[in-house]
Amino acid sequence: MSLGPHADFIVAAYAVALAVVIGLVAWVVLDYSEQRRVLGDLEERGARRRSRRQ
Amino acid sequence: MALIDLANPTRFLDLVRRVLPWLIAATVIAFAIGLTMAMNAPDDYQQGATVKIMFLHVPAAWLAMLCWALMSVAALGTLVWRHPLADVAGKAAAPIGAALTFTCLVTGSLWGRPMWGTYWVWDARLTSVLVLFLLYLGVLALYWTAEDPNRGARAAAVLVLVGAINLPIIKFSVDWWNTLHQGESIFRAGGPEIDPTILRPLFAMALAFLLLFVTLHLAAMRNEILRRRVRTMQMMQAQTA
Repeated sequence: MSLGPHADFIVAAYAVALAVVIGLVAWVVLDYSEQRRVLGDLEERGARRRSRRQ
Repeated sequence: MALIDLANPTRFLDLVRRVLPWLIAATVIAFAIGLTMAMNAPDDYQQGATVKIMFLHVPAAWLAMLCWALMSVAALGTLVWRHPLADVAGKAAAPIGAALTFTCLVTGSLWGRPMWGTYWVWDARLTSVLVLFLLYLGVLALYWTAEDPNRGARAAAVLVLVGAINLPIIKFSVDWWNTLHQGESIFRAGGPEIDPTILRPLFAMALAFLLLFVTLHLAAMRNEILRRRVRTMQMMQAQTA
Protein backbone atom coordinates (compact mmCIF):
# COMPACT_ATOMS: atom_id res chain seq x y z
CA MET A 1 0.00 0.00 0.00
CA SER A 2 1.50 3.29 -1.12
CA LEU A 3 0.35 6.52 0.53
CA GLY A 4 1.79 8.70 -2.22
CA PRO A 5 3.45 12.12 -1.90
CA HIS A 6 1.20 13.24 0.98
CA ALA A 7 1.90 10.27 3.26
CA ASP A 8 2.95 12.54 6.15
CA PHE A 9 -0.48 14.17 6.27
CA ILE A 10 -2.30 10.81 6.17
CA VAL A 11 -0.11 9.30 8.90
CA ALA A 12 -0.48 12.45 11.04
CA ALA A 13 -4.29 12.34 10.71
CA TYR A 14 -4.44 8.68 11.81
CA ALA A 15 -1.96 9.37 14.65
CA VAL A 16 -4.10 12.26 15.97
CA ALA A 17 -7.28 10.16 15.80
CA LEU A 18 -5.54 7.28 17.59
CA ALA A 19 -4.26 9.63 20.31
CA VAL A 20 -7.77 11.04 20.83
CA VAL A 21 -9.32 7.54 21.08
CA ILE A 22 -6.60 6.40 23.52
CA GLY A 23 -7.18 9.55 25.56
CA LEU A 24 -10.93 8.98 25.75
CA VAL A 25 -10.54 5.32 26.71
CA ALA A 26 -7.95 6.20 29.38
CA TRP A 27 -10.26 8.93 30.78
CA VAL A 28 -13.18 6.49 31.08
CA VAL A 29 -11.09 3.65 32.56
CA LEU A 30 -9.15 5.80 35.07
CA ASP A 31 -12.28 7.70 36.14
CA TYR A 32 -14.11 4.40 36.74
CA SER A 33 -11.34 2.97 38.92
CA GLU A 34 -11.13 6.27 40.87
CA GLN A 35 -14.90 6.35 41.56
CA ARG A 36 -14.86 2.67 42.57
CA ARG A 37 -11.93 3.31 44.92
CA VAL A 38 -13.56 6.32 46.62
CA LEU A 39 -16.90 4.48 46.87
CA GLY A 40 -15.12 1.50 48.44
CA ASP A 41 -13.35 3.75 50.97
CA LEU A 42 -16.62 5.42 51.95
CA GLU A 43 -18.42 2.09 52.40
CA GLU A 44 -15.52 0.78 54.48
CA ARG A 45 -15.92 3.79 56.78
CA GLY A 46 -19.60 2.91 57.22
CA ALA A 47 -21.13 5.45 54.84
CA ARG A 48 -24.37 4.27 53.24
CA ARG A 49 -26.60 5.61 50.50
CA ARG A 50 -30.08 6.83 51.50
CA SER A 51 -31.73 3.91 49.66
CA ARG A 52 -29.57 1.40 51.58
CA ARG A 53 -30.22 2.90 55.03
CA GLN A 54 -32.14 0.77 57.53
CA MET B 1 -36.90 -4.95 31.39
CA ALA B 2 -39.19 -2.13 30.26
CA LEU B 3 -37.61 1.05 28.89
CA ILE B 4 -39.03 3.09 31.77
CA ASP B 5 -37.09 0.89 34.23
CA LEU B 6 -33.86 2.43 32.90
CA ALA B 7 -34.90 5.69 34.60
CA ASN B 8 -33.66 4.00 37.77
CA PRO B 9 -29.86 4.54 37.94
CA THR B 10 -29.27 1.18 39.69
CA ARG B 11 -31.09 -0.71 36.92
CA PHE B 12 -29.26 1.37 34.34
CA LEU B 13 -25.92 0.37 35.93
CA ASP B 14 -26.97 -3.30 35.77
CA LEU B 15 -27.75 -2.92 32.08
CA VAL B 16 -24.42 -1.17 31.39
CA ARG B 17 -22.53 -3.92 33.23
CA ARG B 18 -24.17 -6.54 31.01
CA VAL B 19 -23.91 -4.82 27.60
CA LEU B 20 -20.52 -3.11 27.92
CA PRO B 21 -18.34 -6.21 27.21
CA TRP B 22 -20.39 -6.94 24.07
CA LEU B 23 -20.16 -3.33 22.91
CA ILE B 24 -16.38 -3.27 23.46
CA ALA B 25 -16.00 -6.48 21.41
CA ALA B 26 -18.27 -5.13 18.64
CA THR B 27 -16.32 -1.83 18.54
CA VAL B 28 -12.94 -3.60 18.23
CA ILE B 29 -14.26 -5.89 15.46
CA ALA B 30 -15.90 -2.96 13.64
CA PHE B 31 -12.64 -0.96 13.71
CA ALA B 32 -10.63 -3.98 12.52
CA ILE B 33 -12.98 -4.40 9.55
CA GLY B 34 -13.31 -0.66 8.88
CA LEU B 35 -9.57 0.03 8.97
CA THR B 36 -8.83 -2.97 6.75
CA MET B 37 -11.38 -1.71 4.21
CA ALA B 38 -10.02 1.85 4.52
CA MET B 39 -6.41 0.79 3.94
CA ASN B 40 -7.41 -1.31 0.92
CA ALA B 41 -9.67 1.33 -0.63
CA PRO B 42 -8.49 2.63 -4.02
CA ASP B 43 -7.00 6.10 -4.33
CA ASP B 44 -9.29 8.88 -5.49
CA TYR B 45 -8.73 9.93 -9.10
CA GLN B 46 -8.17 13.56 -8.01
CA GLN B 47 -7.09 13.41 -4.37
CA GLY B 48 -4.95 10.28 -4.50
CA ALA B 49 -4.30 8.49 -1.18
CA THR B 50 -5.33 11.52 0.91
CA VAL B 51 -8.90 10.27 0.51
CA LYS B 52 -7.98 7.90 3.38
CA ILE B 53 -8.22 10.90 5.73
CA MET B 54 -11.92 11.08 4.84
CA PHE B 55 -12.49 7.73 6.62
CA LEU B 56 -11.63 9.52 9.89
CA HIS B 57 -12.74 13.07 9.17
CA VAL B 58 -16.31 12.40 8.02
CA PRO B 59 -17.32 9.88 10.75
CA ALA B 60 -15.83 12.21 13.39
CA ALA B 61 -17.90 15.09 11.95
CA TRP B 62 -21.11 13.02 11.87
CA LEU B 63 -20.63 11.81 15.44
CA ALA B 64 -19.74 15.29 16.70
CA MET B 65 -23.10 16.53 15.40
CA LEU B 66 -25.01 13.44 16.55
CA CYS B 67 -23.52 13.90 20.01
CA TRP B 68 -24.80 17.49 20.21
CA ALA B 69 -28.25 16.32 19.01
CA LEU B 70 -28.24 13.70 21.78
CA MET B 71 -27.19 16.35 24.30
CA SER B 72 -30.08 18.55 23.10
CA VAL B 73 -32.59 15.77 23.86
CA ALA B 74 -30.90 15.27 27.23
CA ALA B 75 -31.11 19.03 27.86
CA LEU B 76 -34.87 18.89 27.30
CA GLY B 77 -34.99 15.99 29.75
CA THR B 78 -33.07 18.08 32.29
CA LEU B 79 -35.08 21.30 31.91
CA VAL B 80 -38.59 19.98 31.18
CA TRP B 81 -38.92 16.54 32.74
CA ARG B 82 -36.04 16.74 35.27
CA HIS B 83 -35.22 13.15 34.43
CA PRO B 84 -32.42 11.86 36.73
CA LEU B 85 -30.48 10.28 33.87
CA ALA B 86 -30.92 13.14 31.40
CA ASP B 87 -28.27 15.37 32.95
CA VAL B 88 -26.01 12.35 33.47
CA ALA B 89 -26.32 11.59 29.73
CA GLY B 90 -25.61 15.19 28.72
CA LYS B 91 -22.63 15.64 31.01
CA ALA B 92 -21.11 12.28 29.98
CA ALA B 93 -21.50 13.04 26.27
CA ALA B 94 -19.89 16.51 26.28
CA PRO B 95 -16.18 15.51 26.55
CA ILE B 96 -16.66 12.79 23.92
CA GLY B 97 -18.33 15.25 21.55
CA ALA B 98 -15.57 17.80 22.13
CA ALA B 99 -12.90 15.17 21.35
CA LEU B 100 -14.71 14.11 18.16
CA THR B 101 -15.08 17.72 17.00
CA PHE B 102 -11.38 18.27 17.70
CA THR B 103 -10.58 15.16 15.62
CA CYS B 104 -12.81 16.44 12.81
CA LEU B 105 -11.07 19.85 12.80
CA VAL B 106 -7.50 18.50 12.94
CA THR B 107 -8.00 15.75 10.34
CA GLY B 108 -9.79 18.28 8.13
CA SER B 109 -6.83 20.65 8.36
CA LEU B 110 -4.40 17.83 7.58
CA TRP B 111 -6.53 16.95 4.56
CA GLY B 112 -6.93 20.59 3.49
CA ARG B 113 -3.21 21.42 3.39
CA PRO B 114 -2.28 19.07 0.51
CA MET B 115 -5.62 19.48 -1.32
CA TRP B 116 -6.43 23.19 -0.88
CA GLY B 117 -2.92 24.48 -0.14
CA THR B 118 -3.94 25.71 3.31
CA TYR B 119 -4.68 24.27 6.73
CA TRP B 120 -7.52 26.70 7.40
CA VAL B 121 -9.90 29.13 5.75
CA TRP B 122 -12.71 31.05 7.44
CA ASP B 123 -15.41 29.56 5.24
CA ALA B 124 -18.89 28.80 6.57
CA ARG B 125 -18.43 25.02 7.07
CA LEU B 126 -15.07 25.23 8.86
CA THR B 127 -16.12 28.19 10.97
CA SER B 128 -19.45 26.64 12.03
CA VAL B 129 -17.65 23.44 13.10
CA LEU B 130 -15.14 25.56 15.05
CA VAL B 131 -18.13 27.24 16.73
CA LEU B 132 -19.44 23.77 17.63
CA PHE B 133 -16.08 22.98 19.26
CA LEU B 134 -16.16 26.25 21.24
CA LEU B 135 -19.74 25.46 22.33
CA TYR B 136 -18.58 22.06 23.59
CA LEU B 137 -15.82 23.79 25.60
CA GLY B 138 -18.42 26.22 26.98
CA VAL B 139 -20.67 23.37 28.13
CA LEU B 140 -17.71 21.60 29.76
CA ALA B 141 -16.71 24.83 31.52
CA LEU B 142 -20.24 25.20 32.92
CA TYR B 143 -20.26 21.62 34.19
CA TRP B 144 -16.78 21.74 35.65
CA THR B 145 -16.84 25.17 37.27
CA ALA B 146 -20.36 25.42 38.74
CA GLU B 147 -20.32 25.21 42.55
CA ASP B 148 -23.88 23.90 42.61
CA PRO B 149 -24.09 20.93 40.17
CA ASN B 150 -27.84 21.45 39.62
CA ARG B 151 -27.39 25.07 38.57
CA GLY B 152 -24.45 24.08 36.37
CA ALA B 153 -26.58 21.38 34.74
CA ARG B 154 -29.44 23.79 34.01
CA ALA B 155 -27.07 26.44 32.60
CA ALA B 156 -25.35 23.81 30.43
CA ALA B 157 -28.74 22.55 29.21
CA VAL B 158 -29.76 26.07 28.13
CA LEU B 159 -26.46 26.52 26.26
CA VAL B 160 -26.89 23.13 24.57
CA LEU B 161 -30.40 24.03 23.35
CA VAL B 162 -29.24 27.43 22.07
CA GLY B 163 -26.24 25.74 20.42
CA ALA B 164 -28.52 23.28 18.62
CA ILE B 165 -29.24 26.12 16.17
CA ASN B 166 -25.69 25.56 14.91
CA LEU B 167 -26.45 21.99 13.71
CA PRO B 168 -28.54 22.95 10.63
CA ILE B 169 -26.06 25.78 9.97
CA ILE B 170 -23.21 23.22 9.80
CA LYS B 171 -25.26 20.84 7.64
CA PHE B 172 -26.47 23.43 5.11
CA SER B 173 -23.49 25.82 5.25
CA VAL B 174 -22.12 24.38 2.01
CA ASP B 175 -25.49 25.07 0.29
CA TRP B 176 -26.21 28.50 1.79
CA TRP B 177 -22.75 30.00 1.24
CA ASN B 178 -19.96 29.69 -1.28
CA THR B 179 -17.39 27.58 0.58
CA LEU B 180 -13.97 26.13 -0.17
CA HIS B 181 -15.21 23.00 1.60
CA GLN B 182 -16.86 20.66 -0.89
CA GLY B 183 -20.63 20.47 -1.10
CA GLU B 184 -22.80 17.64 0.18
CA SER B 185 -21.68 14.46 -1.58
CA ILE B 186 -23.28 11.63 0.42
CA PHE B 187 -26.75 12.43 1.82
CA ARG B 188 -28.14 14.35 -1.15
CA ALA B 189 -31.05 14.16 -3.53
CA GLY B 190 -30.06 11.90 -6.40
CA GLY B 191 -27.83 9.66 -4.24
CA PRO B 192 -24.19 9.78 -3.20
CA GLU B 193 -21.59 11.18 -5.61
CA ILE B 194 -18.86 9.00 -4.13
CA ASP B 195 -17.88 5.73 -5.79
CA PRO B 196 -19.06 2.61 -3.89
CA THR B 197 -15.46 1.38 -3.53
CA ILE B 198 -14.82 4.43 -1.32
CA LEU B 199 -18.32 4.74 0.14
CA ARG B 200 -18.33 1.22 1.65
CA PRO B 201 -15.17 1.75 3.80
CA LEU B 202 -16.57 5.14 4.82
CA PHE B 203 -19.79 3.59 6.13
CA ALA B 204 -17.80 0.78 7.82
CA MET B 205 -15.69 3.37 9.66
CA ALA B 206 -18.80 5.40 10.50
CA LEU B 207 -20.32 2.29 12.12
CA ALA B 208 -17.09 1.71 14.07
CA PHE B 209 -17.11 5.34 15.31
CA LEU B 210 -20.79 5.03 16.25
CA LEU B 211 -20.09 1.89 18.29
CA LEU B 212 -17.11 3.62 19.93
CA PHE B 213 -19.30 6.57 20.83
CA VAL B 214 -22.07 4.40 22.32
CA THR B 215 -19.52 2.35 24.31
CA LEU B 216 -17.70 5.41 25.68
CA HIS B 217 -20.95 7.22 26.42
CA LEU B 218 -22.45 4.34 28.41
CA ALA B 219 -19.17 3.88 30.32
CA ALA B 220 -18.96 7.63 31.04
CA MET B 221 -22.61 7.66 32.20
CA ARG B 222 -21.81 4.79 34.57
CA ASN B 223 -18.87 6.79 35.95
CA GLU B 224 -21.02 9.89 36.38
CA ILE B 225 -23.68 7.92 38.33
CA LEU B 226 -20.93 6.57 40.61
CA ARG B 227 -19.51 10.10 41.04
CA ARG B 228 -22.94 11.34 42.17
CA ARG B 229 -23.25 8.46 44.62
CA VAL B 230 -19.85 9.37 46.06
CA ARG B 231 -20.93 13.01 46.40
CA THR B 232 -24.21 12.05 48.11
CA MET B 233 -22.44 9.71 50.54
CA GLN B 234 -19.78 12.33 51.34
CA MET B 235 -22.48 14.94 52.04
CA MET B 236 -24.44 12.54 54.26
CA GLN B 237 -21.29 11.61 56.11
CA ALA B 238 -20.46 15.29 56.63
CA GLN B 239 -23.97 15.91 58.02
CA THR B 240 -23.72 13.06 60.53
CA ALA B 241 -20.15 13.89 61.60
